[in-house]
Amino acid sequence: MNEEINIIVCIKQVPDPEGPPSAFQVDSKEMWVIPKGIPPVLSPFDENALESALHIKDTNKNVRITAISMGKKLARAVVIKALAVGADEIILLEDKNFDPKRLDCYSVAYVLATAIKKIGKYDLILLGRQAADWNFGQVGSGIAEIFEIPSITLAQNVKLEDGNVMVERVLPDGYEVIRVSMPVLITVSHEVGDLRYPSMHDIKKSKNKPITTWNIRDLGIELPQGHINLLKLFVPKQEKTCHFVEGESLEEAGANLALKLKEDKII
Amino acid sequence: MVEQKGVLVCAEVTDQGRISPITLELLGIGRKLADDLGSKLSAVIMGSEIGNIAEELIFFGADNVYLVDNPLLKEYQTDPYVTALQRLSKYVTPDIIVIGQTSIGQDLAPRLAFRLKTRLTTDCINLDIDPETKLLFQTKPVYGGNVLAVYACETKPQMATVRARAMSPSGRDDSRRGKVIPFDSKIDASLLKTEVVKRVKEEAKGVKLEDADIVVSGGRGIGGPDGFKQIDDLAKLLGGAVGASRPPCDMGWVSSTCQVGLTGKIVAPNLYIAISISGTSQHFAGMLGSKNIVAINKDPEANIFKVADIGIIGDYRKVLPAFIENLRKIAAHGSE
Ligand SMILES: Cc1cc2nc3c(=O)[nH]c(=O)nc-3n(C[C@H](O)[C@H](O)[C@H](O)COP(=O)(O)OP(=O)(O)OC[C@H]3O[C@@H](n4cnc5c(N)ncnc54)[C@H](O)[C@@H]3O)c2cc1C
Repeated sequence: MNEEINIIVCIKQVPDPEGPPSAFQVDSKEMWVIPKGIPPVLSPFDENALESALHIKDTNKNVRITAISMGKKLARAVVIKALAVGADEIILLEDKNFDPKRLDCYSVAYVLATAIKKIGKYDLILLGRQAADWNFGQVGSGIAEIFEIPSITLAQNVKLEDGNVMVERVLPDGYEVIRVSMPVLITVSHEVGDLRYPSMHDIKKSKNKPITTWNIRDLGIELPQGHINLLKLFVPKQEKTCHFVEGESLEEAGANLALKLKEDKII
Repeated sequence: MVEQKGVLVCAEVTDQGRISPITLELLGIGRKLADDLGSKLSAVIMGSEIGNIAEELIFFGADNVYLVDNPLLKEYQTDPYVTALQRLSKYVTPDIIVIGQTSIGQDLAPRLAFRLKTRLTTDCINLDIDPETKLLFQTKPVYGGNVLAVYACETKPQMATVRARAMSPSGRDDSRRGKVIPFDSKIDASLLKTEVVKRVKEEAKGVKLEDADIVVSGGRGIGGPDGFKQIDDLAKLLGGAVGASRPPCDMGWVSSTCQVGLTGKIVAPNLYIAISISGTSQHFAGMLGSKNIVAINKDPEANIFKVADIGIIGDYRKVLPAFIENLRKIAAHGSE
C-alpha cells in the first residue's frame, strides 16, 4: 500500500488583477488600495498551484489535498472553488487580526506555517509564485525557511517520480529539471496551465467536503510585530501624447508609419 | 550589537562567466546609496573559478569585492547560495543588501531575508536614502503596477531586490582601486537538498530579447501562430527580437521565453512596437522603459495608446503588410 501523500495548497483571495487601471484607487487617508467594481478572485498563480496539485492527484494514488486561505473576511464563493475543482478539504484562517494592512510577508508566512503545523501532515506545500495584488513573492520561501525544508520557486511542472519530486523550474532562456525529496515547498508559475473548471457533478460532491475555520486563538499565536512600514501609496502618472499616423486607408497609414519612423530617425 | 554599515550588492555571473548586465545596475545604485550614506560599497560574487572577473567589479564602482569561489557554487542552487550569503552577511554586517529581481534573486533574496530575520522589499524600481532618518526608502510597483508603494524597514540589514533596467548602470573606470577579499563560506555538499538533473535551453534565433535594440511584440489580438510569422518577419527586417504579451505564450503561439512583462522579461529597447496588445499594467511593467513606443491596435480606446509615442488605430492585418513593404523600400533606397 502506498502511503498517503499530503499536499497543502495556500490560496489567497485578491481583487481581480485583470481589472482596468481605474479599478485600483488609492485611498490616501486610509493609505490603502480600494478596488472599485471588481470582484474578489483567487490569485491566479495560486490557481496554477492548485492545478498542479490536482494534476498530481490525477496521476498518483492516495493523494490528499488540503487548501488553506487566510484573510480578515473571505468570500466563501471564491475559496470554495478549491473544493469544487477537487481539493479534499479547506481550512479558512479568518480573524479580524488578519487584516492585510497589519500583516507583512513575515507574519503571513508565520501564520500559514503555524496552520500547516496544526494540520500536522505535509509532504508538498504549493503556492503561487507571487500574489497578484502586492506582488511580493516571498511568503513561500518564508514558510520553507520556518520549516527548514528545501524550496523550489517558479515551477512550470511538478510531478512525483519514484518517491521524489521532479520540478521543472522556469529560467530566462528555458528551464531546469530539479529532483528533490519530500517534504518540499514549491512556488508555481503560470506556465503549468490554467485551473480546470469544475463539473456539475464535482460541484455537487464538494458540498459534503469539510470546511474548517480557525481564528488566531485556535492557532494559539500572536501576530509578530511588523517591521516594514508603508510610507506612501500613489497612482503613477504615465500619460503621454500619442501621435496618430493616418492615411486614406489603413494600408497607407502602415506605409506612412515606416516614413515617420525614418523621419524621426528612430530606425 | 555589531554596527551595521555599508552597502552590499550581490553580483551575478552569466553562463559565459561574465558579469551580468543587472550587476552593473546594482553597482550603479549601490554606489549612489553608499555615497549618500558616506559609507563603503561592497560587492559579493559567488561561483566557481570566477576569480578573474572579481576585479571588474571594482572598475564598476565597488570598494571591496568578496570573492566566494567554491565548486558547489558552480551553478545556482538555493541552499548553498543562501548559506554562503548568510555567512558573508554575518561577517560583513552591511546596513543594506541589494540583489537583482532575477531568476536567481527571486529565489535567493526571500530565503536570505527570513534567515537573517529581516524584511525584504522585492522588485523595487527606486531606492533612496532618506536624508533625515538615513533609512532606505524602497519604491515598489504593486497591483501589477497600477499603484506604487514606498516602504522603509526597521530591521537591519535593509534588503531590496531591484527590477532589471530600473537603475542606471555604472560606468567602467579602470583607474578605480579597491580590494578583492576571498571569503571561505565553509559550505559543503551536505547542504545540497536538491539536484539539478538537467538544464534545457531554448536557443532564440537571432538577437536576444533582453539585448535587442528593437522589439516587435504581438498580443492576443494577433489571433494565432500564423499572425506571429508576420511579427517575426518584421523583427527580422528591423534586426530586432520578437516579444509577446502573456496570452500568445500561454496559447503556445510563441515560446514562453518571449513574454514581456511583470512575470516575463523586462526590456528597454530604442524602439518597442506593440501590435494587438491592449496595454495592461502587467505588460507595461516589462516595456515602459523603452525609448520609443509604437502601438497598432484596432481599439481607439486601448490603454496602450496612453503610453505610446506613435500609434495607428486599425486592424493589424491591413496595416502590417504595407508597413513592412515600405520599410523594405526605404531600406533598399537607403543602401543605393
Ligand atoms: C499577476 C499577473 C501577472 C501577469 N504578468 C504578465 C506579463 O508578464 N506580461 C503580460 O503581457 N501579461 C501579464 N499578465 C496578463 C495581463 O493581465 C493581460 O491579461 C495581458 O497582458 C493581456 O494581453 P493582450 O494585451 O495581448 O490581450 P488583450 O487584453 O485581450 O488585448 C488584445 C488587444 O488586441 C486588439 N486587437 C484584436 N484584434 C486586433 C486586430 N486584428 N488588429 C489590431 N488590434 C487587435 C484589441 O483591441 C485588444 O486591445 C499578468 C496577469 C497577472 C494577473
